[in-house]
Amino acid sequence: MEFFKIKKDFPFMSYGRYTTTISLLTFLLAVFFLATKGLNLGVDFTGGTVIEVHYSQPADLVKVREQLAATGLPDALVQNFGSSHDVLIQVPLKQEMIGAKLSEHVMDGLRKQDAGVEMRRVEFVGPQVGNDLVENGALALLLVSLGIVGYLWLRFEWKFGLSAIIANLHDVVIILGFFAFFQWEFSLSVLAAVLAVLGYSVNESVVVFDRIRENFHNMRKADVAEIIDNAITRTMSRTIITHGSTQIMVGAMLFLGGETLHYFAMALTIGIMFSIYSSVLVASPLLMLLGVSREDFIKPEKTEAEEVLP
Amino acid sequence: MNRYPLWKYLLILAVLLAGLIYTLPNFYGESPAVQVSPLRTSLKADAALLERVEGILKTASLNPEVAALDGNSVKARFADTDSQLKAKDILATQLGDDYMVALNLLSRSPQWLTGLSALPMYLGLDLRGGVHFLLQVDMKSALGKALEATTGDIRSVLRDQKIAYSGVSREGNVLLVKFRDAEARSKGEEEIKQRFTDYALIAKEADGEFLLQAALKPEAERRIQDSAVQQNLLTLRNRVNELGVAEPVIQQQGVDRVVVQLPGVQDTARAKDILGRTATLEIRMVDEEHQITPGAAAPFGTEMFKDRDGNLLLVKKQVILTGERINDAQPGFDNRNNEPAVHINLDGVGARKFKEATRENVGKRMAIILFEKGKGEIVTAPVIREEIGGGRVQISGSMSTMEAQDTSLLLRAGALAAPMEIVEERTVGPSLGADNIKRGFDSTKIGFIMIAVFMMAYYLMFGTISVLALGANLLLLVALLSMLQATLTLPGMAGIALTLGMAIDANVLINERIREELRNGVTPQAAIHAGYDRAFGTILDSNITTLIAGIALFMFGSGPIKGFAVVLCLGILTSMFSAIMVSRAMVNLMYGRKARLTKVAIG
Repeated sequence: MEFFKIKKDFPFMSYGRYTTTISLLTFLLAVFFLATKGLNLGVDFTGGTVIEVHYSQPADLVKVREQLAATGLPDALVQNFGSSHDVLIQVPLKQEMIGAKLSEHVMDGLRKQDAGVEMRRVEFVGPQVGNDLVENGALALLLVSLGIVGYLWLRFEWKFGLSAIIANLHDVVIILGFFAFFQWEFSLSVLAAVLAVLGYSVNESVVVFDRIRENFHNMRKADVAEIIDNAITRTMSRTIITHGSTQIMVGAMLFLGGETLHYFAMALTIGIMFSIYSSVLVASPLLMLLGVSREDFIKPEKTEAEEVLP
Repeated sequence: MNRYPLWKYLLILAVLLAGLIYTLPNFYGESPAVQVSPLRTSLKADAALLERVEGILKTASLNPEVAALDGNSVKARFADTDSQLKAKDILATQLGDDYMVALNLLSRSPQWLTGLSALPMYLGLDLRGGVHFLLQVDMKSALGKALEATTGDIRSVLRDQKIAYSGVSREGNVLLVKFRDAEARSKGEEEIKQRFTDYALIAKEADGEFLLQAALKPEAERRIQDSAVQQNLLTLRNRVNELGVAEPVIQQQGVDRVVVQLPGVQDTARAKDILGRTATLEIRMVDEEHQITPGAAAPFGTEMFKDRDGNLLLVKKQVILTGERINDAQPGFDNRNNEPAVHINLDGVGARKFKEATRENVGKRMAIILFEKGKGEIVTAPVIREEIGGGRVQISGSMSTMEAQDTSLLLRAGALAAPMEIVEERTVGPSLGADNIKRGFDSTKIGFIMIAVFMMAYYLMFGTISVLALGANLLLLVALLSMLQATLTLPGMAGIALTLGMAIDANVLINERIREELRNGVTPQAAIHAGYDRAFGTILDSNITTLIAGIALFMFGSGPIKGFAVVLCLGILTSMFSAIMVSRAMVNLMYGRKARLTKVAIG
């Protein structure tokens, strides 16, 4: 079996102008949503309390809300979580009540209403911790970016490092844009997924870059655009299959992993989709734009120059 | 050209075999168990204790599957939770307060595996259920307490040395000592410099007053903060022991935070209650005028308390000193007769009060009482031999070295050095934990099967080899996680699934390369060789970039993210080995010996 029997190379680079325009547009759109709507930061970052409870029969959310309002928490967010039996209660940070005590308080109230309610999970994050996590997340992002640029510079050339990281940061911004647009909860595990995507989608660029370098050695007569076109075409089969396999795993997590893994898998899915696109259609045109040439790899033979000496 | 030397095959076989052995314990599952550990340092878990535990269980006709010594505890494994709970109750009542009896889970894996220290993966709290607390130590108050104590000490030193001063006060993080003239100040400065080496002194003049400003030196500040955290850790450990948790984690995180993890604890209200408890110490006089009448109420003005051996003592209600006045308590020896003793260091105010009380009560007994949750217990009740001044108190007489250590620990750690606040809590119920394991396992299984079917259909023989290599990758990854006893969390399980999805990349790269070479008309043997050879550089580069991301996640991630990062990094290492070495070995075994290979099954 073979999906891709490609005789001729696709002229990807001649579409360069369109593809860069498209990605610039999606990028700007993502930035726009990030700026206007912002991320729906989870309790990990904002601080607050999340309580997940389980009822033996379908839960009556209205009654749960009433009970919470009666216990002095009218601003608690109550919603179903995964199934009608599970309820997620979110309470923002409060000055007057220590977070750690709050969960006991809420559970006591709910037990009064229905003794069979089961506490599944409590997460309380104080404001001090939330700030630390935001800071560490930003630091991790910076470190990963620098590390990757540095490594690619070492293995290839600075042009490769730069275009790969721009392409992949573009993926990251687009994932964030999705989370902002749909107002999905941005939690600590989503952040982990975003950073994993950064490492993962660089893979993709590396595979193409590897071919480009090889082609510079082998295809002596071809020009730069042809070389890049050939590299992308010949790695395309692998690109689709690899991402397909990874997506199978991520898809299994998305549908079977439960609520906790859902958005983690969602971030990975968006990341995988866009990393195919960006490494082929963003990184390579950028590489052209930065003026990659055969001389970056093959040092021209030095011709003995005539010297005039005084 | 596609042959491995024998040693390479043997090496791969050995690695896979080791992987299998260390993965095995994960299949046996866990059984309910009871863990008995001594609470005092003087008691050891030894063969005698094991015998005692076995004896108690036998008389109660409870038959543990295994009972064995493990580190500093005795563990007994049962077939069901019912007999586990029964055993816990019986052991707790029969062994008394000296031992902690806790519920635990023990691996059912056979003895020979445990002997190889092959243990199942260590499950995080989100998979096994339990409580995670992050507590922040209030450093400001720890420093404030130290500064307050010094204020009193400086006053008494100046008074003792008859140096005229008009006031000692604390202003924020510095102490201000006011003098009437420069001469008194220079004398005072000399004294203070000599006695309070932790402080940096600056002389100032303001509003016609001669001031001496004392600020804590940075290193002293650090030391005070450090010892506050250490003391709180100690206190927390004592309190957690009381909860009967099998494998609690109590450790410092960063400068001023403490992590407490209590696996399997469900009663979070009680856990919070015990952790957040404020114990206080009081020193009072023993009432010797009245007789103790068992059962009757204590006479007016007195209270009845038990001491640590269970004897009742009548104590006056009037409090001489509270524990706040104790700066430090250390075990040591009586310098007259070399008997074990506890040395207590009181602050200025405490020293003065203690001096007065001892002067008036020579020959009588005083009681040191530890209050926890409104219940008092007499730690020790020594006889006062003489007036004690200077704030240095020694308690000695009829105690062992161990008791001296315990008492000083109780005096020191009975109360927290500085208040603590819970800044993060994560509680996971046992049902959610079990669900999480199932979900993580299911998604990995389904994903793996789907990838396997696709790979075999698409690349035929080479696809099958790739799937076997992927299986080897999973085996090695689980083995490595079990060997390192790294904590497996739900994000960690997601990491396993993700690395499997990513690891197949290496084999896809290789297989695609081989196909390409074949298309170019190269002979099968040469195509295989070139495929593996050329794909290697690409695989290395792409894996290293992912490794960089993994390492950064590990460095900056906390809790669940760390678990994911560990799996990601380890997964990259195992996938490099399995995708390249293991699959190559299989290909070599299959095709390498055929001299005239005309066709390979790669689809």
